Amino acid sequence: MKVQLNWKCAVALMMVFAAAAGTGCKKKAADPFPASNAIAGWEKTGETRVFAAKDLWQYIDGDAEQYISAGVVSTSTSDYKYQGQLEATVDVYTMGDATGARKILEIGQTNEAKTVQLGDAGIAYAQSVIFRKGRTLVRIVAYESTPGAPQALLELARGVEAKL
Amino acid sequence: MNSRRDFLKTTATGALVLGAQSKLGLAAMLDKKAEAAKSKVVVARDAALHGSDGALDEKRVQALLDRALASYTGHDKPVEAWKLIVPVGKVIGIKVNGLGGKGISTHATLVMAVCERLQQAGVKPGEIIVWDRNARDIQACGLTISTDPSRVRVFGNDLAGYEEQGVAFGSVANVKLAKILTRECAMVINLPILKDHEMAGVTFSMKNMYGVVEKPNELHAGGCNPAVADLNCIPAIREKVRFTIGDAMSSVYNGGPGFHPEHLWQPNALIVGEDRVAVDHTAWQMIERKRAEVGMPTLETAKRPPRYIATAADQAHNLGVNDPQRIHLMEV
Repeated sequence: MKVQLNWKCAVALMMVFAAAAGTGCKKKAADPFPASNAIAGWEKTGETRVFAAKDLWQYIDGDAEQYISAGVVSTSTSDYKYQGQLEATVDVYTMGDATGARKILEIGQTNEAKTVQLGDAGIAYAQSVIFRKGRTLVRIVAYESTPGAPQALLELARGVEAKL
Repeated sequence: MNSRRDFLKTTATGALVLGAQSKLGLAAMLDKKAEAAKSKVVVARDAALHGSDGALDEKRVQALLDRALASYTGHDKPVEAWKLIVPVGKVIGIKVNGLGGKGISTHATLVMAVCERLQQAGVKPGEIIVWDRNARDIQACGLTISTDPSRVRVFGNDLAGYEEQGVAFGSVANVKLAKILTRECAMVINLPILKDHEMAGVTFSMKNMYGVVEKPNELHAGGCNPAVADLNCIPAIREKVRFTIGDAMSSVYNGGPGFHPEHLWQPNALIVGEDRVAVDHTAWQMIERKRAEVGMPTLETAKRPPRYIATAADQAHNLGVNDPQRIHLMEV
């Protein structure tokens, strides 16, 4: 009985090591969200939430379909706050390919869009910054319009871009 | 809602009596009778609703709500007006909409103004339930979750759950309704927020009912037509959701239903009425006027007209009227 128990323990240990080794071999997915104060003044105020394409409606019901038709694979989102006041949300959409990211970026652009040097292409408004890099589309939205918001959003966007 | 029916009868009769006694005579009497037969929609506006910092002025929101209800009911005293709208001793649900996130959700200021007037009209705090799909949507409105039965309760379908037995009407098959609607509320006041909608064209009163089903994503085919109309025909929705106080204080005229600040505008208005179709038709026209003002194509041209509004008015659905000639629009 004692011998049998030791044999079972050995198998269990081998399985644990094998699982750990397997995990270690996997390439860790890049986290595009800057930590608090990694970008001056910006605090990450919420947990990162991740939605697979089939569950995207739970986050943006009604909007989800246009992302799905453009080939979204997954969406990550997190909330931020600038200098304890300006609230913003960062959405990172991983599309199937760069074409999907381009398609979403081009939807609904207005004459007020300013071209910004971000990723492969980017635009900015008074309260939002949207850019694409490869198959990733990033959308950052602030919930109020303040004089400092455009520059602060741009700095946060650059922080995200650097992590992609 | 006998009290409300009585109120409508009374005001119609009163109009006749007053008309007969006035100098205008028979013509005025017939005009008023014709107006009384129409679906009344009140659009109340206050251009100074938002302060210089962009925040809503709470007192002005309360005053705007009072003005809207006074115009709708014909009673200048807010509490008397509310007594005509809501039954006392029953649980009143307030269905908000926080889907668009913090930037474009039903404003907490309006919700609190409604709750205050309800209590002054005799509804106990614990008989008021403010609700939406989930905690996140509720928080997006600026509200805090509360399940304390001695206070106004604020929570989502994620907490209360959905019926296990599905219901159906037309194209809407086997949808599971929120228990807050089916088990808790005797009447629901609908507090949607006016938005453009990428698929449906416009989302306001009727579309807000997508937040009372478990899987609204299954109801988006064909520009949500006829699903929106069909969903509103389900008895629990048709019978309980009786009054809309639509939040058009802020809106997005394009890119909705999510928050796209580049398309944000402030109509500074409330759209109020019992006829959900007439309310939605009025809201749609408001969006169209704004789109025209900024040089955007009509929703028809953009290939997403809100066809569900006409569907809701057809004989098979009979939820209200969308013919402008049959809508008594009061802009105050």
